[in-house]
Amino acid sequence: MSVKRREVKKVRVPVPEQDPHVRIHNFNEVALGYSLEQAVEEASRCLQCHVKVAPCIKDCPVLVNVPGFIKKIVEGDMKGALEVIMETNSLPGITGRVCPQEEQCEMNCIMGKLGDKINIGKLERFVADYAREHGIRPEVKIAPPTGKRVAVVGSGPAGLTAAADLRKMGHEVVIYEALHEPGGVLVYGIPEFRLPKEIVRYEVEFLKSIGVKIYMDVVIGKTLSLYDLLEEFDAVFLGTGAGTPNFLNVPGVNCLGIYSANEFLTRINLMKAYLFPEYDTPVKRGKRLAVIGGGNTAMDAARSGLRIGYEEVYILYRRTRDLMTARIEEIGHAEEEGVKFMFLVNPVAFKCDENGWVRAVTLIRNELGEPDESGRRRPIPIPGSEFDLEVDAVVIAIGQRPNRILYQEVPELEVSRDGTIIVDEKHRTTLRGVFAGGDAIRGEATVVLAMGDGKRAAMAIDEYLKTGEWPERIVPMKLAQAD
Amino acid sequence: MFEIVGKRELAPNIKWIKVRAPLVARNARPGQFVVIRLHERGERIPLTLFRWDKEEGTIEIVFQEVGKTTYELGTYGVGDKIADVVGPLGKPTHIENFGTALVVSGGVGAPIGYSITKALKEAGNYVISIIGFRNKQLVILEDEFREVSDELLVTTDDGSYVRKGFTTDVLSELLESGRKVDYVFTVGPVIMMKKVADITRKYGIKTYASLNPIMVDGTGMCGACRVTVGGRVVFACVAGPDFDAHQVDFDELMKRLAQYREEERVALERFLQVSVVRG
Repeated sequence: MSVKRREVKKVRVPVPEQDPHVRIHNFNEVALGYSLEQAVEEASRCLQCHVKVAPCIKDCPVLVNVPGFIKKIVEGDMKGALEVIMETNSLPGITGRVCPQEEQCEMNCIMGKLGDKINIGKLERFVADYAREHGIRPEVKIAPPTGKRVAVVGSGPAGLTAAADLRKMGHEVVIYEALHEPGGVLVYGIPEFRLPKEIVRYEVEFLKSIGVKIYMDVVIGKTLSLYDLLEEFDAVFLGTGAGTPNFLNVPGVNCLGIYSANEFLTRINLMKAYLFPEYDTPVKRGKRLAVIGGGNTAMDAARSGLRIGYEEVYILYRRTRDLMTARIEEIGHAEEEGVKFMFLVNPVAFKCDENGWVRAVTLIRNELGEPDESGRRRPIPIPGSEFDLEVDAVVIAIGQRPNRILYQEVPELEVSRDGTIIVDEKHRTTLRGVFAGGDAIRGEATVVLAMGDGKRAAMAIDEYLKTGEWPERIVPMKLAQAD
Repeated sequence: MFEIVGKRELAPNIKWIKVRAPLVARNARPGQFVVIRLHERGERIPLTLFRWDKEEGTIEIVFQEVGKTTYELGTYGVGDKIADVVGPLGKPTHIENFGTALVVSGGVGAPIGYSITKALKEAGNYVISIIGFRNKQLVILEDEFREVSDELLVTTDDGSYVRKGFTTDVLSELLESGRKVDYVFTVGPVIMMKKVADITRKYGIKTYASLNPIMVDGTGMCGACRVTVGGRVVFACVAGPDFDAHQVDFDELMKRLAQYREEERVALERFLQVSVVRG
């Protein structure tokens, strides 16, 4: 390995954060981001690896030229840095905040062998924020009009990415969104304190500025059918996400005060229930909240719970701490804020009072057995170990599956048993001219994996629009198992 | 934005509006609903479709002012715009020629009952409508019902119009008299639908109820509207809103509907105060 002999700072420039005691009383962003000086200092730690494809690029689902944009930061050319990122990533302010960088760009950072890995995520965020705050707009090349029209269903990360790329290729692009605000999970799911909605709005505005049209309040499968779209457009991309929450199949699950994570977070994020009664949508407040699950959504719900005034928030997880699927950073943030964790417990019932309000969750203790299909050790309930935890409200965050509303009347569109749309390597579905990506094909994954899908699908759509070729049979793509 | 192009007060606190929403009107079918949001700060609430006109691109909604959002909607006039109207949502009501069909509607269930009655009539059924209201002042859509029903039976709780009694009293009398009915559809207050189901169960008449749980998105995303039907938990917004009334856990639905009663009171009082101050 040829690393230039020079003085390198081994330690990351720390990222300022809001004090946990303060931030649990507000919805402002937790991580405050680098200043210009801090960003340049962190950027100058980058070794600018002289290899064909740097590991940071290779491990990025949307192939951001990481050394390229970092070099521009060091040079003080923030517009240049933004343009390098936006060559492949149209949503830098979003990915800079919510990507699991530790498993991607930062995972194999060569600096890791000498000291701390480069904080690529925070540098990406810095570039996006700096550009936004200073009115720096990237110069974007849009190919001449092709005369082809593409409909994108869903304005989450997959849809936005596909739309941006298709537009740059010269196609006319129309996005249909079921909710009243664009962004999908970025606006209804991820809380303000992790991803301010202002950032989403800004990056959506960029799409509009390059000519992408977005129609809100249109539910494909209800307001318009997929067949309507196929009549009017040359191709369709489905980025409809995984919007249907799973509920526990235990007694009492319909007690009042028991929410799906989707409902709890939608009320708080999209509908701004934390500002009730200034805003009209309420959410139940109380003293003790229990959140069931161990993923990022569970952390988001728990931390939102603290912020709307719950004094005690528990995360109840059926396995152990090391087997939680949430990002380490998010678990850390939750802990700092005082969320309490209870491991190796499973809810077996909810108890409610005479008016139907949930009063307690009955838990059974687990021990870990043999690994299951996810490779993690399976929790096995210990008979007779049941006990009650008194609660005022419960959030169930045990996963989501794709919403069937889109395709329940489209028999040609094949879906798997768990409701994900079946696609091949080129994101082609079993219906000619229709492509899909993101959580709609994966179940529940990450923002950036969805963006990667949107990107690859855009390339495949472009190819289809040029050649008109469609295979006789769709050979299902193998996807990494979601947790 | 969705413009209000017509508005009328049908009875105290019960209003009719016509809204320009061409895409909704194009695909709407009986029994379906829309979710509306009045403005940036508004909540999303479901409202059932009364009528619609494809050519004109309009939908008609009848609503009762009960909470903050419906009171505020009541202040909107012709030319005002509703920020969001999403639909048509839910599964359309299953319509076929059952033979003799009976539609039992109570209160502001009447607009939905009307659209179902009309559809059943058009499908060739002999349709008997029972409509009930608290008092004479609150009677709505009587003429409309008469137009699409073979028989219309009106009742008021206090007897101030036509007769005294609940819709369920009329229903019981009708069935006790030996009238053969092949199908019953009911929509209105939960307690009424529950009683209708109890009565028709005894006679073994297939009965469907249109449920009105709390909803947020209305597209199967949140589960706020979950109801227990035949022991299974389902989302009313996508699996319904119509369900086999003999299978629905109405008691649970009643409790779930009261979930935000306190918050609703706070929001409404605040709204009414602000309105008074503004004059």
